[in-house]
Amino acid sequence: MILNKYLRPEVFPTPFCPGCGHGILLQAVLRAIDELSLDINKMVFVSGIGCAAWIPSPHFAADTLHTTHGRPIAFATGIKLFNPSLKVVVISGDGDISAIGGNHLIHAARRNLEITVICANNSIYGMTGGQVGPTTPMRAKTATTPQGNPEPSFDLCGLVRGAGASCIARATVHHTRELIKYIKKAFTHQGFSFIDVISPCFTQFGRRNKEISGASPAEMILNLKKLCVHVKSSDELFTFKQNDKILIGEFVK
Amino acid sequence: MNKWFSIIINDNFCKGCAICVEICPKDVLAMSKDANPSGYLLAQVIEPQKCIGCMECELHCPDLAIEVISLKDATISTRK
Ligand code: SF4
Ligand code: SF4
Ligand code: SF4
Repeated sequence: MILNKYLRPEVFPTPFCPGCGHGILLQAVLRAIDELSLDINKMVFVSGIGCAAWIPSPHFAADTLHTTHGRPIAFATGIKLFNPSLKVVVISGDGDISAIGGNHLIHAARRNLEITVICANNSIYGMTGGQVGPTTPMRAKTATTPQGNPEPSFDLCGLVRGAGASCIARATVHHTRELIKYIKKAFTHQGFSFIDVISPCFTQFGRRNKEISGASPAEMILNLKKLCVHVKSSDELFTFKQNDKILIGEFVK
Repeated sequence: MNKWFSIIINDNFCKGCAICVEICPKDVLAMSKDANPSGYLLAQVIEPQKCIGCMECELHCPDLAIEVISLKDATISTRK
């Protein structure tokens, strides 16, 4: 396989549940690197804690830093300041990046620090047992909101835009070719770049919300096609509203 | 057989999630009744002659367990 040169074969199979979206994101990141012919030895991948933090570490045959919960962007800031020639990429989950480490996210965006943050967004705390998070859609059932989430969810693209980010996209692991395109754009962007990647978790989210997710991991991935709307212009990523639809597209200043 | 594309499934990596089977537009793949040593029922190629090399199965496999090989054109890629 063309991606073998970027992988540590001895750590496979992956630790993810069958049909977890994170594995699809894993290969999309490597395909973007391959298509851009980037030298993976000049890249550093930083992750926090959670299922998504396992995407780069230990799978990528590169320098990876598996840090404490919520802090990957803080570590990434240190790496970038110490050695600006490195391409620094944070890959971690929505709980890690937007809840526990939310402050690091907005300030990295405000500083326009030249790093790429890829948020594997499964809208729940997967690894710790399916608790509600700030990205859980309203009314969705989780281990801690069995009657449905009473709170509205965070729009992470809107959040980083408000903080000043200059390259923003939302994609899903169903729309893989677009996802690879956005990752490539983020990797070549000068300044802070952020991608919100909708990556389904059937184990914790899907099986509790079968009416929106479908009956299996495969259905949950395929259902993304119905759940998403492509925005026509970049501003629509923040202004366009359609009930219960996920907006996908890009915004570059 | 298909003279253009060949599909390889890595039995040790496959976790039987069936994403490849569901996403294939040509019904080339199906789930088998055989489990691998980890107990997962594997994906298998049932109608190789129908494959059009669209790469959808490979791009959507979360376990990097399926690979589409172009027998005629080495430039097959993820780019549309
Ligand atoms: S719990 Fe959810 S996010 Fe974690 S590996 Fe399983 S499916 Fe993926
Ligand atoms: S998508 Fe991959 S892991 Fe899932 S059944 Fe197909 S080959 Fe196996
Ligand atoms: S390449 Fe396309 S047609 Fe061939 S098996 Fe994969 S999904 Fe099906």
